[in-house]
Amino acid sequence: MKDWRFWFAEQRGIFTAIGIFLVMFVIYTTNHPAGFNANIAQTASNKGVLLAFVAMAQALVVITSGIDLSVGMIFTLTNCLASWLVSGSPLHVAFGAIVVLLVGAICGAINGAVVIFGRLQPIVATIATGAIYYGIALALRPTPGGTVDETLADALTGKLFSTIPASLVALVIVVLVVWIPFSRSVTGRAAYAVGSSEQAAFMSGVPIKRAKFVAYTLAGLLAGIGGLFLTFFTYTGEAAYASGNAYTLFSIASVVLGGVSLMGGRGSAIGAIFGAIAFRTIGDLLFVFDFDPLWQPLFQGVVLLLAVSLGAFDLLRVRNRLEWFG
Amino acid sequence: MSAVVDTRIVSFVRRFDPAVATAFGCIILLLIVGGMYSSNFWSPEYLIQQIKVASFLGVIATGMMMIILLGQIDLSVPWVVTVGAMMSCAVVGHGTAGAILAIPFGIFCGVVIGLINGFGVAYLRIPSMIVTLATNAVAQGLMVVYTGGFSPQDSASPAMRYLATGFVIPGLPNSVIAWAVIGAIAVFVLTRTTFGRSIYGIGNSEKAAYLSGINTRRIVMIVFGISGGLAAFGGVLLAGYASKAAQSMGDAYLLPAIAAVVLGGTSILGGRGSYLGTVAGVMLITLLQSILSVLQMPEYGRQIIYGLVIISMLLLYGRAKPLR
Repeated sequence: MKDWRFWFAEQRGIFTAIGIFLVMFVIYTTNHPAGFNANIAQTASNKGVLLAFVAMAQALVVITSGIDLSVGMIFTLTNCLASWLVSGSPLHVAFGAIVVLLVGAICGAINGAVVIFGRLQPIVATIATGAIYYGIALALRPTPGGTVDETLADALTGKLFSTIPASLVALVIVVLVVWIPFSRSVTGRAAYAVGSSEQAAFMSGVPIKRAKFVAYTLAGLLAGIGGLFLTFFTYTGEAAYASGNAYTLFSIASVVLGGVSLMGGRGSAIGAIFGAIAFRTIGDLLFVFDFDPLWQPLFQGVVLLLAVSLGAFDLLRVRNRLEWFG
Repeated sequence: MSAVVDTRIVSFVRRFDPAVATAFGCIILLLIVGGMYSSNFWSPEYLIQQIKVASFLGVIATGMMMIILLGQIDLSVPWVVTVGAMMSCAVVGHGTAGAILAIPFGIFCGVVIGLINGFGVAYLRIPSMIVTLATNAVAQGLMVVYTGGFSPQDSASPAMRYLATGFVIPGLPNSVIAWAVIGAIAVFVLTRTTFGRSIYGIGNSEKAAYLSGINTRRIVMIVFGISGGLAAFGGVLLAGYASKAAQSMGDAYLLPAIAAVVLGGTSILGGRGSYLGTVAGVMLITLLQSILSVLQMPEYGRQIIYGLVIISMLLLYGRAKPLR
């Protein structure tokens, strides 16, 4: 009985995110002019999955109490790279996709190295590496263009058995292959330990450096997967500064909505995924209510502001005012 | 007498932050490199022009520095700058009263957004990165609704243009004077008032500051208000410079503002840093951008060098202590 309550308390963030998502999604589908069908699910999941990958990347780093402000730029860079490499013969395509993912992981590893061995603050260091990644993306694609293997792209953005969105399946596979092994490994537990208290983790002999390095590298890899998928959706590569920045900011918002503590040590990538999909659904709500699209940024901003203010209710439970200051 | 001077020099040297010295050293290095490329680099006109361009960033970075001294961050700068510019231009259209109120109203809007940020951070205890992100989104949403997604047609008032491009003192642009005045007030407030010392105290340990009787929540909220006002004033200056406001005109100022403050030796964790360093950081960033554009470096090269310079400068003096 006690175990069950502990487990529930630990997973509260995820359940909140799932709750927000379900409410939003029910409102969305019941008001959609065409009703709920496989096509709507496919469009919704394609849009949500992109942000979900980037949010997962952000979650990994945030758990170690860091932050990666370059995820959006890695996303953009891998998108530009994929628009060059992922086409041609099946062998080319496979090789290209692997290179793209590898580059994403390398970008993440560079972030990790700068933060761990350079001992720089993640927030400033990743702003700077983000500028570098964006520069490379711009060098690869000064103007939007390029191609991607359409058979593979359509297969991964279409529907399986004409019902289940393929992108959603890909997301689940990535969770099973990347997140689950990581969170259950010693390194994963170490990442949580570092996030809760780096000093205590260090004193207990936890492999701090390895945990952080793996977290940043996997974050780069996940952002790279996101970039690859963006190429599959758009068929082109574009070094869009605004969109890269937007993905970085949205990823932080999704992570918070998904119950991952920015202080580190709490939450999971699963929560971040639901946070991301919920955030996307909020953005689409206006569309089904037939509002002027001009109002969408404002609506999204207000919902975000309200959602993060909900965290303030925890203040009511504070017994000692010193707890205000964490 | 000479002994007094000696100890003064010693204490001055001791207080001189190596980070600030490095930043100034890099400025001189950039000037020498630029001077080798073109002799125009050392001309007074060019240098004045650089300081003028730097003044816009300088005003915005002043507010950012105060926030960073608290150990917080303000990501709402892009759209607060734009709100300041757009709202001041919007008021200009309303007759004489509008023309007079344009500048104060622009700043007022920035202060309001800043106070909302501050309320969220100080009283609701939401991480500043999140609150400012959300208010940035709300400010953007408001401006998109207001302008319909296009650049507004309103133009800046003569007073705004005069403030940004005119000369009260021949040879010295007004925007530089504005930055100097703001900088002088910032130095006075940060070093000579209880309020300023409290900012440093809160940055070091808010808990300790609270226990020593400082109303930390009020101070945090006020500082966010000041920062919002300064960002909006930067927007007013920019609107005067370009003689109108534009969508996302503030986007180019968030990262340089943070970079300038941090390159100037202010700790991103709060509680440590001097205004002199921020001035050095602002000049450094401005000169770097200018030299890269003089060298006709393509945009991608600029971004890469920009990132590399920030990282290598931080590796020189911005490193944290190892765990032990």
